[in-house]
Amino acid sequence: MIRVELVKLAIRPRTWISILLLCGLPVTVAVFVAVTHLAPPPGQGPALLSAVLSNGSLYPAAALAIVLPIFLPVAVAVVAGDSIAGEAGSGMLRYLLARPVGRTRLLVAKLIALVVYTVATVLLIAGSSYVTGRLLFGAKPVAVTAHGVISSGTSNIAAGVAATTLSGTSLTPRDVLLRTVGAIAFIGVSMLGVGAIALFLSTITDSSLGAALGALAALVTSEVLVTLNAAGSVSPYLPTRYWLGWVDFFREPILWRNIDRGFAVQGVYVLVLLGAAWANFATKDIKS
Amino acid sequence: MIVTHALTKRFGRVLAVDGVDLDVREGDRYGFLGPNGSGKTTVVRMLLGLVYATSGEIEVMGRAVPARVSEVLPRIGALIESPSGYGHLSGRANLALIDAAGKAGPGRTRRRRIAEALERVGLGGVDNRAVKKYSLGMRQRLGLAAALLREPRLLVLDEPTNGLDPQGIREIRDLLTELNRAGTTVFLSSHQLAEVEQLCTRVGIVDHGRLVLQEDLDTLRGPTGRVIVHTPDAEAAAALLDGRIEERDGDRLLVAEADPAEVNERLVTAGLRVTEIGPERRSLEALMLSVTGSGSDRIDGEAR
Repeated sequence: MIRVELVKLAIRPRTWISILLLCGLPVTVAVFVAVTHLAPPPGQGPALLSAVLSNGSLYPAAALAIVLPIFLPVAVAVVAGDSIAGEAGSGMLRYLLARPVGRTRLLVAKLIALVVYTVATVLLIAGSSYVTGRLLFGAKPVAVTAHGVISSGTSNIAAGVAATTLSGTSLTPRDVLLRTVGAIAFIGVSMLGVGAIALFLSTITDSSLGAALGALAALVTSEVLVTLNAAGSVSPYLPTRYWLGWVDFFREPILWRNIDRGFAVQGVYVLVLLGAAWANFATKDIKS
Repeated sequence: MIVTHALTKRFGRVLAVDGVDLDVREGDRYGFLGPNGSGKTTVVRMLLGLVYATSGEIEVMGRAVPARVSEVLPRIGALIESPSGYGHLSGRANLALIDAAGKAGPGRTRRRRIAEALERVGLGGVDNRAVKKYSLGMRQRLGLAAALLREPRLLVLDEPTNGLDPQGIREIRDLLTELNRAGTTVFLSSHQLAEVEQLCTRVGIVDHGRLVLQEDLDTLRGPTGRVIVHTPDAEAAAALLDGRIEERDGDRLLVAEADPAEVNERLVTAGLRVTEIGPERRSLEALMLSVTGSGSDRIDGEAR
């Protein structure tokens, strides 16, 4: 069943169009920046973007920062929201279950297809932007500052990254690679959190649009509350609170605090929501 | 083949299915009749383990449903409400995906089985156009092909001839009869009397969630013990058969006599002409109207 779901994902034009768009946006940004040499000053615009002018190897991280706030969550929410609700909407759910495909198996297959989509998308963005970065910006040794706290444009999370030859340690290419892998893993897990919300909603409604929008509404709510000082008491538990925590991979030394918490919060969301999705789907009357 | 006992389903405050005792025997062509909204679809979905019963028991091919439904579903071909497909794919690609899903049919024979199933339902020469460009009749045939992929022992079909033209309906009826002769039990849910009357050997009629009748069609349509006579000499015939005439409508007489041959002989001996004579049989339509109320799509009363 997993294979069938992967085939369905692969032969769907939407999958490839969304990946193309997600990879295309950072390329567009890179072209503009490379042509004009007008990177946003540190602290404004997407995190890390100011750093890439001096080193193209950092561009994958910058590219992920560009798509992370809206584009990537939308794509993941659409795919995840479509997983069960889409089958229900097209009327195929009843035929699949009457094959029979066990309900738990179907849900697991959908989840695995979602994970594959998320990981593949993140990797493709990273890969395509690495090529873009190396071509447009070249590769010089990276210097990372230990301080120089800057806040990124989409959140109040501090990002201590600059590419100036300040007092920081230089990173070897291997270091950049490992840190990028860490960042990709972190972002992947964060997106899985988004996917879990949408997948849960997808088992509740028969409208894939409703499930995707519901997940996005949850994210927007979370983003608003994160920036709201009055909501400080709940902010550590919000799904988007540590979204930009992966930037800490590019500090020296790596600041593990937000990274650990980010993994933990997403882990709890994923487990609870998938559990709820399973409990709901396994006992539900299929009337679609 | 299918046995249910006091099968009941409640959706919130609505009692959709109320104590249904189905008994479908092996080899039957069973017509499951009822007005719209009478609970037919809910029963079908419960038989397939899609909807869980509130109370009561279901047994399909000797296995309890839904507990062991996964053991019997591979032997069942189903068309549930309307056929569905992934619109952007061709019919063949749809069948291949369906066949590979779940307890997959053997991959080696898949291509052949798909070709055979398409051939059977009259789509053998179909091109690679996307299913969303299919007509309703083609979709219906494709849905049937999907149900036939694994040579099922039991076919559960919900309105299988919906959207087909008279020629197509005839083809499907012949196909189902042929499959039934080869040993497949057919359970057909429909609100179309003609479809059931021409195909089925046994009917169950539901109304407002209750099974109001379940009987062999031959028994139901057996002679009523009266004879219908058409004669241009109705006046004289009525006088001759005095006391036995139950109803007269122009030159049509309804005679309380079981044997048409005997009535015919008396009339002819008396020199009266007979244009048509035969035993009265109950029509399924009359029967259906007498045991069911109007469907849930009719809403009478004051507007609120």
